Amino acid sequence: MAQKQVSDQPSVQELIAKSSSKKQKQLIEKMIPYILLLIASISVLTTIGIVATLIVETIIFFKEIPVFEFLFGTEWYPFANKEPAFGILPLIAGTLKVTVIAVIVAVPFGIGSAIFLSEYASETTRRIIKPILEVLAGIPTIVYGFFALTFVTPLLQQFIPDLKIFNALSPGIVVGIMILPMIASLSEDAMSSVPNSIREGALAMGSTKLEVALKVVVPAALSGIIASVVLAISRAIGETMIVSLAGGSTPKFDWDVTGSIQTMTAYIVQVSSGDAGYGTTIYYSIYSVGFTLFLFTLVMNLIAHAISKKYREEY
Amino acid sequence: MKYVNHESVVKRMMNRLTINKIFKAIFFFATLFALLALAILFYRIITQGIGYLTPEFFQNFGSRFPAKAGIKAALIGSIWLMFVVAPVSIILGVGTAIYLEEYAKKNRLTDFIRMNISNLAGVPSVVFGLLGLTIFVRALSLGNSVLAAGFTMSLLILPVIIVASQEAIRAVPNDVREASYGMGATKWQTVVKIVLPSAIPGILTGAILALSRAVGETAPLIVIGIPVIIQFLPTGLLSQFTALPMQIYDWAKRPQHDFQFVAAAGILVLMIFLLIMNSIAIFIRNKFSKRY
Repeated sequence: MAQKQVSDQPSVQELIAKSSSKKQKQLIEKMIPYILLLIASISVLTTIGIVATLIVETIIFFKEIPVFEFLFGTEWYPFANKEPAFGILPLIAGTLKVTVIAVIVAVPFGIGSAIFLSEYASETTRRIIKPILEVLAGIPTIVYGFFALTFVTPLLQQFIPDLKIFNALSPGIVVGIMILPMIASLSEDAMSSVPNSIREGALAMGSTKLEVALKVVVPAALSGIIASVVLAISRAIGETMIVSLAGGSTPKFDWDVTGSIQTMTAYIVQVSSGDAGYGTTIYYSIYSVGFTLFLFTLVMNLIAHAISKKYREEY
Repeated sequence: MKYVNHESVVKRMMNRLTINKIFKAIFFFATLFALLALAILFYRIITQGIGYLTPEFFQNFGSRFPAKAGIKAALIGSIWLMFVVAPVSIILGVGTAIYLEEYAKKNRLTDFIRMNISNLAGVPSVVFGLLGLTIFVRALSLGNSVLAAGFTMSLLILPVIIVASQEAIRAVPNDVREASYGMGATKWQTVVKIVLPSAIPGILTGAILALSRAVGETAPLIVIGIPVIIQFLPTGLLSQFTALPMQIYDWAKRPQHDFQFVAAAGILVLMIFLLIMNSIAIFIRNKFSKRY
């Protein structure tokens, strides 16, 4: 403290310290992009991990069960002691039943509420209803499953006496309610991005609001609406807990919606929650079913992506 | 001579206006359907579950008897799970978002990473469970522990956090970055000291919403083999545990009628958990968000 530097120039030690810290800084600057790239590649590694896992275990499964039997077999009895059957069509039928019912529920109601919110509702109404739809979208699917099993099924049984406790109808309707907010909110986004000048043009020509909505706004936003529906279908196919709780566990290859079914997702859950030993055919079968499920949803997502990219109208 | 039949024009106009009104009502009822479903769902769960929501419910472990069943292990397990998922997913998600928004050049690799993230967001959660089972539970032999479940859930919500963080970072105007460079700051200094502080409310809001999805997700936990009936609390990251949705799934599946009410009470606890997380997200959004 006593000795003060006379000259204005910093001491040599200070200069050295400064330059070394600068070097360190430069090193950090150079390293950071690579570290971040490494972190970013985790998401790619996840995809590779999923695909590799599914393919490797599915190949082991196909060593025991012929591919042809798996793809075209109409019976799925993996737990049978004698001659278990591994034909995936009954599981696909179960998934399709639930998905079709969900789409029948969700598409009219979803697009209807999207038109209401985007074309008819006042700003205040929209500001109240949109967050409520977000709440609906944020409810865990296990809660929907419980709702399907303890409320929707008993309610439906009053109208359809033949309805079994486990069926395709009730989870289908509830999956529809689950994907409804997704369709409503994505379609509403697509419709809101149609510029007002076009609406005003149609109104000035004497159209009613309905005509503006159906003949001008919906056609202009059609790619976004279809993409939202396709994404919602993909979500319905991959939905697990609602169908596990309310759908049952008897895969059947038919079009009956009142009896017990099993979807691809529900089968994976059934095997995992029981104790199928590691290395058994049943253990590997969940990967082959998972792989089929993955391909279904991947195709749906790619279609949705292509639609919204290809037919996007720029204003 | 009249060129226009006024009567028919008026009639046609009235028809069109009536149809417009009818459809307005139809669209309104379509919207009401969703709200009605939500109202019934909440009403049912609250009336069924409220009776079982006693202090003992929070102090007891799982039981074969509905009256003695409690949620202690599941609630604490879910909190443990969050302590793994939150740091892992936020570090990975924000890191990826910073890379994509601030560092990535426009090339094929970047496009591939972006496309990969949007596809990953569409993969069903049960498939993530299969990934977790193979990689974390078996290959890395973490067993059905907090850590294995936490890693699986982190990967599941990663795309959501990345997209939310990207949007938050993109919303920071370029002026402030340029001002920072003008003062002699390096790129990393600008990112850490200028961009991230402005983007953090948006990032946290998105992250908490993603975490609340992880709290309610059941399928991956079942697939990686998380047990249901556990009579102890987790002691460490490699300890066995159970979580709220697992416990609810088990109760909902049981044949005894009384377990329905226990399940409803469990759902109430889960919903309150989610409500608290969402309120925090909304609080952060309103309190700290900056407008440029």
